[in-house]
Amino acid sequence: MHRTRFFDHVILLIGVFIMVAPVVVAFMTSTHEAADIHRNGLSLTWGGHFAETYETVLTREGGFTGKVTGFNMMLNSMILGLGFAVGKIVLSMLAAYAIVYFRFPLASFFFWVIFTTLLLPLEVRILPSYEVMNALKLTNTYTGLIVPLLASATGTFYFRQFFKSVPDELLEAARIDGAGPFKFFIDVLVPLSRTMMAAIFIIMFVYGWNQYLWPTLMTTDEGFFTLVRGIKQILLVWVGSNIPDYNEAFALAILAMLPPVMIVVIFQRWFIKGLTESDK
Amino acid sequence: MRGRFKDQGQQAAAKRVQFASPFLPYLFLAPQLAIIFVFFYWPSVQAIQSSFYLEDPFGFGSTFVGLTNYADVLKSTEYFGIARFTAIFTALVTFFALAIGLLLAVKADGVIRGNAAYKTLLIWVYAIAPPVAGLIGMMFFNQHIGPLVEFARWFGWDIKVGLDYFDTAFAMIVVAVWKQIPYNFIFFLSGLQGIPVSVREAAAIDCRSELRRFWTVILPLLAPTAFFLLIINVTYALFDTFGIIDVMVKDKAANNPITLVYKVYMDGFRGSDLGGSSAQSVILMVIVLVLTIFQFRFIERRVHYN
Repeated sequence: MHRTRFFDHVILLIGVFIMVAPVVVAFMTSTHEAADIHRNGLSLTWGGHFAETYETVLTREGGFTGKVTGFNMMLNSMILGLGFAVGKIVLSMLAAYAIVYFRFPLASFFFWVIFTTLLLPLEVRILPSYEVMNALKLTNTYTGLIVPLLASATGTFYFRQFFKSVPDELLEAARIDGAGPFKFFIDVLVPLSRTMMAAIFIIMFVYGWNQYLWPTLMTTDEGFFTLVRGIKQILLVWVGSNIPDYNEAFALAILAMLPPVMIVVIFQRWFIKGLTESDK
Repeated sequence: MRGRFKDQGQQAAAKRVQFASPFLPYLFLAPQLAIIFVFFYWPSVQAIQSSFYLEDPFGFGSTFVGLTNYADVLKSTEYFGIARFTAIFTALVTFFALAIGLLLAVKADGVIRGNAAYKTLLIWVYAIAPPVAGLIGMMFFNQHIGPLVEFARWFGWDIKVGLDYFDTAFAMIVVAVWKQIPYNFIFFLSGLQGIPVSVREAAAIDCRSELRRFWTVILPLLAPTAFFLLIINVTYALFDTFGIIDVMVKDKAANNPITLVYKVYMDGFRGSDLGGSSAQSVILMVIVLVLTIFQFRFIERRVHYN
């Protein structure tokens, strides 16, 4: 018994090493100077140039146009992540409320109209989606970046499941107290859904922040680049020179993963709950 | 009151009591529906429509060509090469991501000491975006500074990512698996923790071998989770790996392995072959539909068994 537990720990430690080491190495290497990395390769030790590199990356104006900074891209990522998460929660709570709590003739029709979107991911219709955005003149706007990503039923599905699990007695009691649809929603359902909202917010923020394909299509103006969108440019432009700026590439990669990683680690319990209980 | 308060006893899925209002539900549904119509149904219909047309290269309209675009796509040996790579890539990524995720989940479920720390350290990579994972992968497989390249050299293998087809495919699979392990780990662990203690104890009395117990008792109980994850992983390998591939082939797709989704993107945006790209989109849609129907049918059956 004792022996098996020992090997369990060995396997887990190997797993942890594989999951953690690449990112630790990326971070440590980002604190070295570019020439140093070029000579000695990736590093597991502290290089001592943390402040300079990260300051350069955040504030130096770079890219093709020479106007975009890392800070700027970070701000765009934040707008995309927050805008997407908030939009998703608002839209899907309202839609789920209508579907679960109202009786109306077209209910099942609309249910299927919404849930069909679960069948086809954005990736299979990128070109026509882009054409639509072009026709609506929404390329290189925050609206064009965020709103089309909201066109899927995931959030609605989660909230529908959740609302269905809310006891019927609550509505009955609220009705007896004279609460209408608005009052019931705001005073009963919203407070009840707090944990669910938090869990979905975390999942959706990470999802929005990490979007790559859609921002790549939607934004050609570097002023709208997100960190994740900018990754390929980093690789092409900044690592294209004689002694590649590996340190800066790593620093930007670390910045691009920092907010979502922090959120997942800090709110781990809600995150896991939201993921495993709603995806079923 | 009774007029607005309808009893729904016969419908098990719906609420027993509901509001009845002539316009409120439509008001609440309107924002979601508007976005879905403009950004989901319109483009989807357009994709199907333009797959039957040939776009004039100078932008002067288009001509109806029937199924020619599909025939061209399906006759192309290049497309079949990419389809074959996509199938192999999907199979390998799915298999290894599931197997490693399951192994770690079983071990993490077994240990008591350090359980929470292991969990955090094993799941946090979930939050890393695919292209960022691709960037880190590129550095580890870099010709000059990559430790993995050096490691492979000990065994006489000179990895040349971006130049050698096989090596690039290998690096892509490694990065794609690495990125997906946490997701599978989370679901397998929560599946394992959902198995009642009484079942485990009964199994432990009946069967002393831990390995056999795993195959005959635990794994069958995990089957629903595993099946759900199988579909999710196939979808991930088909679509979400776009960022990894895009970063790793760096616009030089010519001799490098790419997946079907990447091909749609290349033909549509680089080659501006609208009809061909749309036909490929529709083929992908059909693949996804088949997968999803498969999944729904299974979920139905699972509910039935429960």
